[in-house]
This record gives sequence, structure tokens and C-alpha cells, in this order.
Amino acid sequence: MASNAWRSMLSHVVGAAKRPTVCSRSVFSRGLQTVTLIPGDGIGPEISVAVMKIFESAKVPIQWEERNVTAIQGPGGRWMIPPDCKESMDRTLIGLKGPLKTPIAAGHPSMNLLLRKTFDLYANVRPCVSIEGYKTPYTDVDLVTIRENTEGEYSGIEHIIVDGVVQSIKLITEDASRRIAEYAFEYARNNQRNSVTAVHKANIMRMSDGLFLRKCREVAESFKDIKFTEMYLDTVCLNMVQDPTQFDVLVMPNLYGDILSDLCAGLIGGLGVTPSGNIGANGVAIFESVHGTAPDIAGLDMANPTALLLSAVMMLRHMGMHDYGKKIETACFDTIRDKQVLTGDLGGKSKCSEFTEEICRRVRDMD
Amino acid sequence: MAASSAALSMSKIIKPIWCGRLSTTAKVFGATVSSRREKSTVPPPAKYGGRHTVTLIPGDGIGPELLNHVRELFRFSCVPVDFEVVNVCSATEDDINNAITAIRRNGVALKGNIETLHTLPASHKSRNNLLRTTLDLYANVMHCKSLPGVQTRHNNIDIMIIRENTEGEYSSLEHESVSGVVECLKIITRTNSLRIAEYAFKLAREKGRKRVTAVHKANIMKLGDGLFLQCCREVAAGYPDIAFDAMIVDNTTMQLVSKPQQFDVMVMPNLYGNVVSNVCAGLVGGPGLVPGANYGRDYAVFETATRNTGKSIADRNIANPTAMLLASCMMLDHLK
Repeated sequence: MASNAWRSMLSHVVGAAKRPTVCSRSVFSRGLQTVTLIPGDGIGPEISVAVMKIFESAKVPIQWEERNVTAIQGPGGRWMIPPDCKESMDRTLIGLKGPLKTPIAAGHPSMNLLLRKTFDLYANVRPCVSIEGYKTPYTDVDLVTIRENTEGEYSGIEHIIVDGVVQSIKLITEDASRRIAEYAFEYARNNQRNSVTAVHKANIMRMSDGLFLRKCREVAESFKDIKFTEMYLDTVCLNMVQDPTQFDVLVMPNLYGDILSDLCAGLIGGLGVTPSGNIGANGVAIFESVHGTAPDIAGLDMANPTALLLSAVMMLRHMGMHDYGKKIETACFDTIRDKQVLTGDLGGKSKCSEFTEEICRRVRDMD
Repeated sequence: MAASSAALSMSKIIKPIWCGRLSTTAKVFGATVSSRREKSTVPPPAKYGGRHTVTLIPGDGIGPELLNHVRELFRFSCVPVDFEVVNVCSATEDDINNAITAIRRNGVALKGNIETLHTLPASHKSRNNLLRTTLDLYANVMHCKSLPGVQTRHNNIDIMIIRENTEGEYSSLEHESVSGVVECLKIITRTNSLRIAEYAFKLAREKGRKRVTAVHKANIMKLGDGLFLQCCREVAAGYPDIAFDAMIVDNTTMQLVSKPQQFDVMVMPNLYGNVVSNVCAGLVGGPGLVPGANYGRDYAVFETATRNTGKSIADRNIANPTAMLLASCMMLDHLK
């Protein structure tokens, strides 16, 4: 108990100490922070270009290092990401990723899974905020889903016991549960959120979700300033579609997180406008857009860069550059609110480049 | 053998001819004869003197008060149904066994939700789950329809959700292999998947529905949900008049909150069924409006669709009885 408190205090101190280090690092390297950029496939390259252009007009002190992520087979036949990408990420510790194509029957696991395993990206954070100007039946949504990303139902351990009976194993470990709970509370504290809700199904899965819940409760003890509640998954779903304003930060295991984070994305308008961040051990963080590669509109200048842009804003906040983040986010939301220049999926007829140019103009006018 | 088959065909002839007077005798006679011949037919309904007997399990929270309303309404409308009340206290095993015996005896039950205190050790299984698995109530059917007069964000919703009720993630098979590492098993079997798919398509055909959507996560759980999907496809091949498609569960929830009108009938394993049914209940107006039914081969248990105990609103006379009343109507439909 005391060691847990000491450990969380230490991580809080380290976390607090890390932030000024990030800023000071940028000061030391002539004010420029390097970020690994992975454009991805399909519409990935054009939306990455859009984001780079907007960052340029906002004069954000970031330099981009573009890398490609295509699976290669390393020694021993194990699939891995290219070594230059890994080296770049290990150095910069921050990444921005566009959509990646997962070819079927390519023989290798999905690239997202490879990235997750390589950098131990244990937390997936998705803030869902209603976008003014993009009308959905739900207004005033402002919640964050934090999902455990390494274990749970997605451990991939399945067996055929006898012909016609399949067993799939859901793994819950103490360490992973504690880690995600700590991250959730720290996130809540750093972003001035009031409460954290653990989502579970411990009435049915007594031992597994029970363990997850116990760890959350233990961590909650060290964060007395944040309100902690627990709620069943079905109750959360029920209340989410009736009144999403009652939720603040939600923390949960893998499968529930997958479903709930997509549910929340649907509330604010879909994956085309939802940012997402993956936090790993050792300070690595990769921010990404979670929509698909949209091969049908690739190269036609019709893509909507909002998801990648908002993920980049999340990245700026993570790096401590809150002012730049606020500036770009405001410009983006103002553009969408005005409805003059909107891409096809948001209901307008403009091109991606026109949308980008409009945001750049607003950013420049703000200075 | 010949005599019983003759008797069987005779009861089949009598049935369409009668005007209701010979009905009970013919039904009991026919049923007794057929039950002697084939073990797999449905046992006779508990109907004595023209009045049905139905097991009533009040449960916890708002269950008792809602079921009291149902009883009052039945009494007022002179419905020929007698209730056999079985109280289930969460602590002991005997109560739930009594309830199960009562349901086996009567064939039909109406129940409130029994609370599961998850602070108790893992060996103490959820009473509701125990009831469902022991009686093999394999299909949970929920019909979500936009009710006129209820203000919701989406209109014209009409979705039937058929959820596998006995296996999947709710198998309650968990163990701690190493200290700090817990494994929970999710079981998918071919028999149960075929059974639920068959039920879904049959129900779709009966109700004149056009499309069945299977909800799964087979891109991640390739073997488990892959088996479920394969079984659905096999059954779909036998119903060419009904369109079949499949959707991944996270995409399904996203579509449900933006365009729920696109869904018709949905079939899915246990856990996704829990999530999707709660989302749909929320879309049409909340847990107080939607009834649910659990059907097995021999038994049927009716309850509210979202199975809430409602501890926070118990005994305050504010619970919405609509769901339970509609569930009792579904029960009357079942009893014909």
C-alpha cells in the first residue's frame, strides 16, 4: 500500500519534471522540436501535407522527420517495422501517424498492432468534444475515453478445443490495470478534469474485471482530488446515448474501450473528426487519425484533414505547447463553424487544399 | 406405435375444427401422446381450469414494485393468469433452485432483475445468469421501436435484437493462473451459434423482416467470432428471401448513434448483445420503455430488456412500469 502510494507519487513527480524537460529540450536544440511523421497510405500523404502547411503558418517550432512504415521481415522471420523508423521514434519520442492500410492475407499482422507492440503503447486516449458547426443529434459532448491497449480481450489467444468449440482468452493483469489507471488519473489531473469513471462488467466477469476495478480503486486513493466512480458497461452505453454530458473521463479494458471510444466518436460526428493518441512506456507517444485510408478519394484533393489536425493539436498539448495548440484548434473550429469552406464529408464542396488554406489564413490573422 | 400415430393425426385434425370447447382436452391429449412419441416436443402449458400459472420472481430494486403493478393490472383486466411468487434472495443457492424448479413446472416466468454483488467471491455466480444457463434460454429477443409521444433524438427506429444468451463471454470461467494475472474464457460453440442464427432467421421470416445483420469482431477474434460468423452465413444460405450482412461491433455502435434507421434485425453473441441492446434501448427512450424476452426450447422468461435493478430509484414510486407491462403483454402473446 505504502509502496504503491510512493510509486504513484514518484511517477507524478517524474511526470511533472518531464514536462519542463521537454520544453527545455526544445530550447536547447535551437528551439526546434523534432517529430516523426508517418504519412501512411491512401489519403495519408495529402492530409499530412495539410497539417504541415498549417503548422508552418502558425510558426510552430517543430521540424518533421518523415518515415515509412511497411513491415519487413527481420532475422528469424519475425515481422518488424523498418529500423530507421524505430530509430527515429526512439530519438524523438513523439510521432504523428496517418491511416495505414492493412492488406488482407499479406502474411504479416496489422501495422498498427506492430507499432503498438514495438513501442508498448499501452494507453489509447480519445477526447471527444462536440464540434460547433458540425451538427449531430448530440450537443455538448465533452468526454475522454482512455482504453487499455495491450491486453484484455485482444490478447489474440484462441484455441479450438474440440471441433465446433472455440475458446478465446481474455487476459487481465495487475500491472497493466494499475498502469492504465495511473495514466487515467494523471491525465485527468493534468487536463483539469473532475472525475474518472471505471467501466467494467464485474458482475459477470468477477475475477478479471474485479481485478481491474480493484486496481482502479487503489490508484484512486492516491488521487483524492479527482472523483472516482464505477459503472457497468451496459449502464454506460444506456446513459451515453441518452445524456453524454454526464461523463468526463472513462477508463476501461481493451474491448469495452474499443466499442465505447467508437460510440463516442459517433456521437460527435464520426472518425473523420476524432483525434486519438497512443501513449507508451518510456515516454513515447504516437498521435494518429483513426479513420481509414479512403482509397476511393486518395489523390483527388477531397480528403478532410480535421482528424489528423486535431490529433496534432493533442500532440502539441502533450508536448507542452498549449498556446500553439489552442491557436490551431480555434482556427479549425472557426472554419467549420462558418461553413463557408468545408470538405465533402462535412457537407461542403471545397477541396482539401482550400480548407487547409482557410485554416492557415485564420491562423495567420490571429497573430 | 400405429395407435399413437393415429391419435396424433386425429388431434391434428381436431385442432382446426374445434371452436374452443374441445381445445384444452385435445391439446393436452395431443401433447401427451406426442410427448410420449418424441422427447423433443414442448411440454404442455400449466393451464388448469382455463387459468394459466406463471412463475413470478420479484427480484431486487424496482422489480417488486413493478411486478405489483403488473399483478394489479391483470387483476383489474380479469386476465386468467395466476402468479406463483418465488422470492430469490441473493445469498443462498436454494432460492434460485426453487425458482428454477418453479419455472420448469410452469413453463413461463415473469421476473425482475436479481442483484449481483460483485464484492462476493467469484464462486458466487450471477443469479440471473444461472437461471438463463440452467434453463437453456438461448435467445434473448428485444424489439426496439420508437414510441409515438416519446421525445428522442432519433425517430423511426424499429430494430429487433437477437442475442445469444448462454455462452460467449458470460461463461463465468475464470482462473488466476499466476498471481496478478487473470484469464477469462470466452466460449463460442458451433451448436449454439447455429441455433441462435436459425432462431434469428426464423423470427425474421415470421415477422416479415427483410434483413439480418450479424454483429461480430472477427477481425480480432478470428477463431471465436469467425466461427459465429460462419454459422450465420451457413444459416443465411437457407433463407434466400432474407438479406444477410455482417458488421463489426464498433462500427455498429457508431452507425447506431448516427443512423439507427438502417438496421432491421441484428443477431450477435452475448457481450456485444449487451452493449448493442443497451444502446438501442437508450435510443428509443430509455430502460423504462423496452421489454425483453428470453426464449429457450421449453421455457420462456420475460423481463425488462436492459435488466436494471434500479436500486437508486427503488421504493420511490418513480420507476417507469412501461417496460414490465409490455413484457407481460409479450408473455400473454406467448401464452396465446
